[in-house]
Amino acid sequence: MREKLEQIKVSVEEALKNADAMEALENIRIKFMGKKGELTAVLKGMGKLTPEERPKIGALANEIRQRLEKEIEEKKAAIAAAIEAKKLEEEVIDVTMPGKRNNEGKLHPLTQVMNELKEIFMGMGFSVADGPEVEYDYYNFEALNIPKNHPARDTQDTFYIADNIVLRTQTSGMQVRVMEKTKPPIRIIAPGKVYRSDTQDATHSPVFHQIEGLVVDKNITMADLKGTLEMFVKKLYGEQTRVRFRPHHFPFTEPSAEMDYSCFNCGGKGCSVCKGEGWIEILGCGMVHPKVLANCGIDPEEYTGFAFGIGLERIAMGKYSINDLRLFFENDLRFLEQF
Amino acid sequence: MDLPMSWLSDYTDITGVSPKEYADKLTMSGSKVEGVTDLGADIDKVVVGEVLTCEMHPDSDHLHVCMVNVGEDEPIQIVCGAPNVAVGQKVPVALNGATLPGGVKIKKGKLRGVMSNGMICAADEMGIESSRLGYEPEYGILVLPEDAVIGSDVKDLYGLNENVVEFEITSNRPDCFSIIGLARETAATFKKPFNVPEPTFTEAGGNINDMIKVTLFDKDKCTRYSSRVVKNVKIGPSPKWMRERLEACGVRAINNIVDITNYVLLEYGQPMHAFDIRDLNGGQINVRRASEGEVIKTLDEQDRTLTADDLVIADAERAVAIAGVMGGFNSEIKDDTTTVVFESAMFDAASVRLTAQRVGLRTEASSRYEKGLDYNNTIPALNRACQLVQELGCGEIVQGFIDELGNVPGPIEIKFRPEKINAFLGTDVSVEEMQKIFAALEIKVDMDSMMLYPPSFRPDLQAEADIAEEVARFYGYDIIPTTLMSGAATSGILTPEQKTERDIAAILTSQGMYEIYTYTFQSPSMLDKLNIPADSPLREQVKITNPLGEDTSVMRTTMTGSMLETLGRNFNYRNKSAKLFEIGRVYIPTTPGQLPDEKPTLMLGMYGDVDFYDIKGAVEEIFERLHIKDADFERVTDNPVYHPGRTAKISVKGKYIGIIGEVHPAVARGFEIGTKAYIGELDFNAIFNAANHDVKYTQLTRFPAVTRDFSILVDKLTPVAAIEKVMKKAGGKLLSKLELSDVYTGKQIAKNKKSVMYKAEFKAPDRSLTGEEADNLHAKIVKNLAKELDAELR
Repeated sequence: MREKLEQIKVSVEEALKNADAMEALENIRIKFMGKKGELTAVLKGMGKLTPEERPKIGALANEIRQRLEKEIEEKKAAIAAAIEAKKLEEEVIDVTMPGKRNNEGKLHPLTQVMNELKEIFMGMGFSVADGPEVEYDYYNFEALNIPKNHPARDTQDTFYIADNIVLRTQTSGMQVRVMEKTKPPIRIIAPGKVYRSDTQDATHSPVFHQIEGLVVDKNITMADLKGTLEMFVKKLYGEQTRVRFRPHHFPFTEPSAEMDYSCFNCGGKGCSVCKGEGWIEILGCGMVHPKVLANCGIDPEEYTGFAFGIGLERIAMGKYSINDLRLFFENDLRFLEQF
Repeated sequence: MDLPMSWLSDYTDITGVSPKEYADKLTMSGSKVEGVTDLGADIDKVVVGEVLTCEMHPDSDHLHVCMVNVGEDEPIQIVCGAPNVAVGQKVPVALNGATLPGGVKIKKGKLRGVMSNGMICAADEMGIESSRLGYEPEYGILVLPEDAVIGSDVKDLYGLNENVVEFEITSNRPDCFSIIGLARETAATFKKPFNVPEPTFTEAGGNINDMIKVTLFDKDKCTRYSSRVVKNVKIGPSPKWMRERLEACGVRAINNIVDITNYVLLEYGQPMHAFDIRDLNGGQINVRRASEGEVIKTLDEQDRTLTADDLVIADAERAVAIAGVMGGFNSEIKDDTTTVVFESAMFDAASVRLTAQRVGLRTEASSRYEKGLDYNNTIPALNRACQLVQELGCGEIVQGFIDELGNVPGPIEIKFRPEKINAFLGTDVSVEEMQKIFAALEIKVDMDSMMLYPPSFRPDLQAEADIAEEVARFYGYDIIPTTLMSGAATSGILTPEQKTERDIAAILTSQGMYEIYTYTFQSPSMLDKLNIPADSPLREQVKITNPLGEDTSVMRTTMTGSMLETLGRNFNYRNKSAKLFEIGRVYIPTTPGQLPDEKPTLMLGMYGDVDFYDIKGAVEEIFERLHIKDADFERVTDNPVYHPGRTAKISVKGKYIGIIGEVHPAVARGFEIGTKAYIGELDFNAIFNAANHDVKYTQLTRFPAVTRDFSILVDKLTPVAAIEKVMKKAGGKLLSKLELSDVYTGKQIAKNKKSVMYKAEFKAPDRSLTGEEADNLHAKIVKNLAKELDAELR
């Protein structure tokens, strides 16, 4: 009996060695362990054994059976894996072929830049205000400390609709509109179209975009203006960016400044992008003029604030190295697809 | 404003400061430098030489061979072709390796076999014009003055070793339109002493009051008129140093008297005028309003017609100058002028500005007056002019002066609160430091009353914030700390409208559409191009009174033209297809004198591999995202922009949203779109108002749905919307989904019919529907379709 079992074990292992397909394995299983299989037959003959032999042979037989079953399973798994591997091999595709796409469109580059600026300022607690492009002279000029015949009106070639109505030359009028309606604390930006009577060329357009910013609260200082705008520029152009504030003049801020940032191209050494200066002008800013606060019914003794105005096209042109302003308004798809 | 750096040394001392450092420091203290020009940058290694010998070239009939002493150990040999070269002359010699304007390099070499070690230069070869020389040079080489030092740099002889700084002066700083003003800023920036010497001169005989009489008839427009008379004038060229300074500032030298007025204008910032006394009838100077329509010929020999708002200087009979703008041709300085009246006056800024605008003249004088000058500057400037007359020896100053005062502004006083200034700036500047800054700027401080008195040449200093700026400028904008705002927190969030706008843009781009930016003004004829009828309300447009041109003269009342232009442009750029959108504004007039209604508008446009259902799909995607249910699309046949059979008006619950459709081929042709184009114009606010911003969850049901197919035959022109309306009504709440699966017209059915197939899904929230129930609903729907639309089951 024992010999018989050992013999079965040997012949099964022999058979397994040569089996290379699922059917062959199944046949082996049936041949030895099926209802009429050789091993099954041996187990059936157990009754003829002596009670002493029975447990020993039984244990041996079970051990052999379990081992054979395990080996068959292992072999089966190996063959299955080989079959799958072969199948996968046949499923090869050309991964360099183009992907299936939805062919999405894109936002205009000015919107993309505008959104980026909005996000930066919203992160600093600014909300976004909106106002009319066709504006009263009062908001565009008078309330901003630019009375009629003020020389500053010279530099802003204004489109007039009526004596008292203009196409706004700057978004700064939004300062007044917001302050008239809202009590401090105020932190807003107001993006939008502005109009100047400039003939269209590579660097001029009669329509362009600005973002106005305004902060009014108790104890707002010029140091806050510097800190806030420096943070903005670092978020826009990276932490390594340096800024400088140059004194300037705007009728509606005092003190006033223009802010430059270190050239993104050369880092401040001077190159063709920054015309050798190492600095690129990005915005005008200043402390809100006390007269403007008073014009809006805010007590300049109690409240102070700062304001700034950013030219959107200028930033987009720098960011994308665009050399002709007209491209923004031409809307050639070959241009729009690039952003 | 141009500043020759050498001129600064008359008032302050910045020896050792390089032009670059100067430009940087002044820019940072508020006088923005646009650039620095080295006048002699183009000229290098050109020295004074003396011609020792001059003989004819052996192989030439016009070349000379010269030995020239250029201050080196040995004289050098130069071949020179100029006819006027002669022994004993001092001449400019470009040495071997020299540079001349235009990038010309001088190298030694042989000329017809004779060695030449340089070049003797003509004036034009060095870029030196006759106005700089003070005379017209003869043909040939430039002969230098006899006292020129051999071997010295020729640039020194003609003031070309000069750096000219170009400043951008802001409108609030009229005082900086002068050398003295810039010198004051310079001294304050570099913390150096600053001093303007008092002009001195001696008076000759005579009495000014016997010669002229000045009367101010408008004391608001003319706040001061100061005058002196110079007799025994000898008109001639002004000296080299004066011409050089004028040239460096871009002012052409003319003659000594005119040059003096220009020199004082630059130096003091005070416009001056010189009249020939012979031309002042009755010896009168009347500062009066022009009479309406009065004509004066100005120095540029143009006739100018004036209004009663314009101020003139007149004699007993006629105007002799437009006040603050330009002198009259009838009283100009002539070569034989012997007695000159100097005018140094102060005119009202706004008045000069308006007059200059009206007559279309912007002069050095008017551009200064219109910014607001200092009425205390007229006398010093006048005296400076007289000092120069004496220095130049070109006349004698008549005894006495005239000084008529108009209505001058009162002095400004500002409370000095150092702590408030520091709180405003976020700084900690000491009172002592502030006082030093004030002293440099000539702002007087009374520390007992704590009051500040700005000088009259600083009209921009009106209040505390202005004083704070002065402190900030000279303390240093770059030294002010950077801090982040304290105080109440604010939240930066978008409004619901702004979010909706952002959402719509996201939906449209996800469908392959590109955003565009178009101009908001256009030509009134754009509406003709769009076929808009003459009586359409769209013809009521906001007009620009001073447009750049006809084609940008009205604000648009529809965005359709902007979109069609863009589609046409892309078509002509051979872009095969284009799918575009813009969220912009149209401008609808309200009442005159009031602002128009600026209506946010969504404009869609496409051509290429698209049809009506692409643009409709884009709109439906927006509706889906914004949870707008029950949108009605209704055929429109009478909009002239659109195809009468392929256009729909969109409304939600009876409220108009917009219109979409195929562009009428005639309109498309007008915009040079050579293919079918589809556009849509939607009212953004209407979309926003229709949107459901309060979405609620509907309980998911675990009960299965039962589906039934419908295949029906209807009249060809029956819109599917009508079929669906009937089906939804008949199906009631149990009809949970209705999907159009096919529309067919063709051979197997009658010509005037179409076959429409639907897949319907029935579901109850609380139980499983039986097949029987579904069949009953099916039957009911079919029955109603038959009744209402004459539909048959196929």
